[in-house]
Amino acid sequence: MSETSASSTVLTGAEIFVRSLQAEGVDLVFGYPGGAVLHIYDALYKQSQVSHVLVRHEQGGIHAAEGYAKSSDKPGVALVTSGPGATNAVTGIADAYMDSVPLVVFTGQVPTSMIGNDAFQEVDTVGITRPCVKHNFLVKDVKDLATTIKKAFYIATTGRPGPVVVDIPKDVTADSCEFEYPESIHMRSYNPKTRGHTGQIRRAIDLILSAKQPMIYTGGGVILGKGSEALTEFTRKLGYPITNTLMGLGAYPASDEQFVGMLGMHGTYEANMGMHHADVLIAIGARFDDRVTGNIEKFCPHAKIVHVDVDPASISKNVKVDVPIVGEVEPVLRELIRALDENGGQPDADALKAWWDQIREWRGQDCLKYDRDSELIKPQFVVQKFWELTGGDAFVTSDVGQHQMWAAQFYGFDKPNRWINSGGLGTMGVGLPFAMGVQLAHPDATVGCITGEASIQMCMQELSTCYQYQLPLKILNLNNRYMGMVRQWQEFFYQGRYAMSYMDALPDFVKLAEAYGHVGIQVDKPGDVEGALKEALAQKDRLVFLDFITDQSENVYPMIPAGAGQNEMILV
Amino acid sequence: MRHIISVLLENESGALSRVAGLFSARGYNIESLTVAPTDDPTLSRMTIVTSGSDEIVEQITKQLNKLVDVIKLLDLTSYPHIEREMAMVKVRVDEAGDREEVKRLADIFRGRIIDVTHKTYVIEITGEGSKLDAFLQALEPFPVQEVVRSGVMGIARGDVALQV
Ligand SMILES: Cc1ncc(C[n+]2csc(CCOP(=O)(O)OP(=O)(O)O)c2C)c(N)n1
Ligand SMILES: [Mg+2]
Repeated sequence: MSETSASSTVLTGAEIFVRSLQAEGVDLVFGYPGGAVLHIYDALYKQSQVSHVLVRHEQGGIHAAEGYAKSSDKPGVALVTSGPGATNAVTGIADAYMDSVPLVVFTGQVPTSMIGNDAFQEVDTVGITRPCVKHNFLVKDVKDLATTIKKAFYIATTGRPGPVVVDIPKDVTADSCEFEYPESIHMRSYNPKTRGHTGQIRRAIDLILSAKQPMIYTGGGVILGKGSEALTEFTRKLGYPITNTLMGLGAYPASDEQFVGMLGMHGTYEANMGMHHADVLIAIGARFDDRVTGNIEKFCPHAKIVHVDVDPASISKNVKVDVPIVGEVEPVLRELIRALDENGGQPDADALKAWWDQIREWRGQDCLKYDRDSELIKPQFVVQKFWELTGGDAFVTSDVGQHQMWAAQFYGFDKPNRWINSGGLGTMGVGLPFAMGVQLAHPDATVGCITGEASIQMCMQELSTCYQYQLPLKILNLNNRYMGMVRQWQEFFYQGRYAMSYMDALPDFVKLAEAYGHVGIQVDKPGDVEGALKEALAQKDRLVFLDFITDQSENVYPMIPAGAGQNEMILV
Repeated sequence: MRHIISVLLENESGALSRVAGLFSARGYNIESLTVAPTDDPTLSRMTIVTSGSDEIVEQITKQLNKLVDVIKLLDLTSYPHIEREMAMVKVRVDEAGDREEVKRLADIFRGRIIDVTHKTYVIEITGEGSKLDAFLQALEPFPVQEVVRSGVMGIARGDVALQV
């Protein structure tokens, strides 16, 4: 920022943009320049408070901002140009929308006088992104810019979080006006609810204490709502079994006895059987997604359901619930704990003991077993070793496919915000840019990216970003030479007709990593897995790309096939 | 069941497309939608006529409430309410006897003829949708050239009011 503009309060739109980000405490913006945002880039250049990370593709930029947000308690911020910059960002925005990631995405736009004229690099960004944002804005007047940015951050980070797009025409960044950043904002049309309804809380506790076969089922909302500690206290007080969704892993320590594993399509036998036989279900910050419920007609046939969620529209959307509680997960959990203490009642100890005996019997099925003596590298083994060697304390991102499920099954997360993946949209390509965002938010942490040879190629170009910013990621490529998840479905449901699921003509990943300035290691024997992982972890300041040549025929078990109920799993 | 939902929303460009987009994206029925600014020019009031099971209509109201531009809404169908729609109908009346007959029909339905040429009438009629339907049916024997309907507006009776 120039001297004169700093002392006077009349600023250009571009300067207002930068000052507003500073006022929001933004330290990092992921972005990619272009004509419509050049004034903004110029203003960013003149200051040092807000750093800018140059990605290699706008999709990667949005995913990196997501990784930053998901692993920290700050929103992610991205900046892209108009037209193709904005359309490239759409996949990331949709991904953030599905997983409720707080994000503010700034898109350049053609000058206001040219909007609607099919101008060079014009697209209707507000129209294109409307169905996949929490809200979006087109700023038509520089006088509205600061307030709009304030609103964007407020909306993105409160209530059920989500992405907000702010589309800024180029002339608005050149025009000037008085700058004052609003201290707070009130919107008559937007007032997310925080605390739960006291009567409902009491009803919930009565129901919870009446349970003979209870199950606590929690989702990504607990992590987003920073409710992990309260959840742990609540769950331990009750002594009830708890399961987490794919998005909710880490909200409750995986190493704890009460944790029965992930539920859903590739969840554990004990979690899914527990759900099926539960008489009281306590759902917290979860949304009864179809990958969790299996066939909705057969879902939890015996259970009365308590559902806590900040989004009223999530309640009774897919499954009718008995005691809805609208509010933020953390304060509601605290209220539930208080109400539990005030109630003074205790869970039915005999019933609970019998229930746990039953769950232990299901656990005895050992549904995640795999061949440990195989001559080939088992993908599960790689994840398990990585978990062991990192003490279960790394940040782990993943892509989409079998490797994602193995990462979720075999890396036991004891802390929230450590497991970063794309659950709702299931976006291949997120793993690497997610990991960049995580590493930038946690420069000293170990960040692993568990990926597949198909997924990694979808945002491969970001290896170049990693080199520029010296991000020492550990990439674990579970290379089965197949789009494994697709192949698995074709094996199970299409009589082995492997249409287009074979990854032909793969690149030499070791050379590729090296070409980008990183370290590449190929591993093809089970006996070399541990050594290679150790070496990668020892290289503290280098990105290491580990290409594990794994057993091609391995499938993800157990599995609830489409149309089946939670008690109808395919086991190994 | 048929529901009439009244919505107060910010009078911002784009607010209408958010609502329309919500209905198409989630596959909700939309029978009619009317919108105009209110006495407070920063507010628009929209009336949506939709149909669906109780669960669907519950979702519709929740999803509408979730839109950042929506301030408040009321499912009028849950209260005693008044519903009105207006139509303008252009009829050719150049056949012998048609002028008198059409005028009589308009009178019976408390319609008003608001434009007259030697060949046509334009009739204005208001009422519930079913009354408009009945009127159009009654006009069937005559060469109706154009029908324009406003879509439904509604308001609750008595003390219930949708206001900021
Ligand atoms: C962008 C995108 N395109 C297509 C898919 C469908 N899809 C899901 S998993 C998968 C295969 C992934 O293969 P790979 O990354 O090698 O992982 P693997 O299953 O082999 O572990 C595909 C194509 C998707 N999820 N995302
Ligand atoms: Mg693969």
